[in-house]
Amino acid sequence: MTSDARTLLQVSGLRKTYRTGKAEFVAVDDLSFSVRAGGALGIVGESGSGKTTTARMLIGLERPDAGRILVQGEPLAATVRGKAARLARAKAVQIVFQDPYLSLDARISIGATIDGVLRLHGLTDRADRAARTKELLAQVGLGEREATALPRKLSGGQRQRAAIARALAVEPAVLVLDEAVSALDVSVQAQVLNLLSDIRRDTGIGLVFVSHDLAVVRYVCDEALVLYRGRTMEHRPVADLLTHPGHPYTQLLLASVPRPGWDPDSISRRRRELDPLPAAGAPGGRG
Amino acid sequence: MALLEYEALSIALPGMARPVLDGIDLTVSAGEVVALVGESGSGKSVTARAALGLFPAGARLEGQVRVDGTDLVGAEATGLRTVRTAKASMIFQDPRAGINPVRRIGDFLTESLRVSHGWAKDRANARAVELLTAVGLPDPARHLNQYPHELSGGMLQRVMIAGALTAEPRLLLCDEPTTALDVSTQAEIMAILGRLQRERDLGLLLITHDIELAAAACDRIYVMYAGRIVETAPTAELFAAPRHPYTAGLLGSSPPLSAPDGPPARLTPIPGAPMGLLDSASGCSFTARCRFARPGVCDQSPPPLEQHGTALVACYRADDLTDAPATLAPTATVPNSTNREDS
Repeated sequence: MTSDARTLLQVSGLRKTYRTGKAEFVAVDDLSFSVRAGGALGIVGESGSGKTTTARMLIGLERPDAGRILVQGEPLAATVRGKAARLARAKAVQIVFQDPYLSLDARISIGATIDGVLRLHGLTDRADRAARTKELLAQVGLGEREATALPRKLSGGQRQRAAIARALAVEPAVLVLDEAVSALDVSVQAQVLNLLSDIRRDTGIGLVFVSHDLAVVRYVCDEALVLYRGRTMEHRPVADLLTHPGHPYTQLLLASVPRPGWDPDSISRRRRELDPLPAAGAPGGRG
Repeated sequence: MALLEYEALSIALPGMARPVLDGIDLTVSAGEVVALVGESGSGKSVTARAALGLFPAGARLEGQVRVDGTDLVGAEATGLRTVRTAKASMIFQDPRAGINPVRRIGDFLTESLRVSHGWAKDRANARAVELLTAVGLPDPARHLNQYPHELSGGMLQRVMIAGALTAEPRLLLCDEPTTALDVSTQAEIMAILGRLQRERDLGLLLITHDIELAAAACDRIYVMYAGRIVETAPTAELFAAPRHPYTAGLLGSSPPLSAPDGPPARLTPIPGAPMGLLDSASGCSFTARCRFARPGVCDQSPPPLEQHGTALVACYRADDLTDAPATLAPTATVPNSTNREDS
């Protein structure tokens, strides 16, 4: 595989196993994909599929057992020592988690959080930082009033926008969103989804969008990768995947989405038929 | 007589700007599957709990909520006990929160039979096996001796459903029963609930934030916003022609799974955030987020629920909107800066 200049993220042969006593559990197995500038890849799967482990490896919270991650052609270092290396890592990949409460400092206003990120990344002039903070918040639809507020004074949707603005402040090559809209009310979720499609259009950032929700993935991404027990079942353009799902597991996921005329009985039958297939010592997911 | 009947039920808490529930009217008959849909803070869980006589501490109550004829507002202990042990059961979102982690599944399932109904151990165990079989668990006798941590979330939710059925209730209240589960597990749980409901002719009230799930599983839908019912209609009608702007907004906010070729159309979010308990509105609570609100009309007094075709709708502009359905279609611009705090 060669990476052209527009490939931001290239992942090949990624593998992660966890051990409990003598038992070995393969969380992610031989995972490969790439994301180009302005591209968005959806990683779809249910609990235990390895999608969150993948997200954590992309930002260096977990170390892969095998395989490599290249960001703009440079390997993601296995260990990060010293300020320069940490800042470089931060510039490569940023993440937005499901619960912004846990990723924003409760004692610091949204504006000050972003100001701190900008200062850390070398924007020394106070007025420049203030202008850039305002610009970043405006980009996610937050104003002066939200900038001075503490996280707990904001609604869930506003907090998630603030978390996105904080990630964008670093100007990363790749932004990973791990179930970033799952906890939001549907009316607010739509606001954040529109924001993500604006960011894709305006910044050329590469998005890795981890989600269990196929409809949301269809809206945000142009490609989707379906994970099941750590393995890639299918990786195709998202419109194609949803209209002609090739793998029985993708078909099951699609059929499971509630809609009028939904037949949960046939879905649970198909699920039982599928289940024994690649079961290799997986501990209880939510099945 | 309906199995479950709310009649102008209001619940107010001291120190809040608006009532938690404001004049709820809702019915569920035997054999009927009804959904109550709303976003966080709309009061849907408070509504469900009221059907078991579980009211927030210190609340001021008005109106009635009757289960099989027993009014739970101001009910005596014996009345409450009869409803809770024999007439109605509830299934919650997180099965792990509702089961003692250091007791076995069998203890959980037989406790009420032995304590409330005085059954002998063997008889209660036999009944528990029967119930676990009914919810499709593969090895009922073994599960009785297992602890909750040995089962996955989907399996444990089936245990909770079995537990809800021990007393043979006629009414099942399901508060986001599948929200914590994967989509294919959700389908399995809904299949089990649907089968049990049909076999036993239960009345089922499904509380959910997911209007698509409500449409897939229920005969009739109530939509709730800021403590009030804003629209109720048979499912097909509600989906084909939502009459309240909030219902239409919810439908417009959900990204469609299947759509014509080409990139998906831009979503039309409802601007702002759901109303918190510290916000109040003199008229329709949805006015601040509504693109169709008319000053001087919508902000004066709360609109009453009125009949429009097969639906009941609380909106002064319902007639205008349904006569011109095009106005409900997504428009190009949506005001973006009307965010309010919701706490």
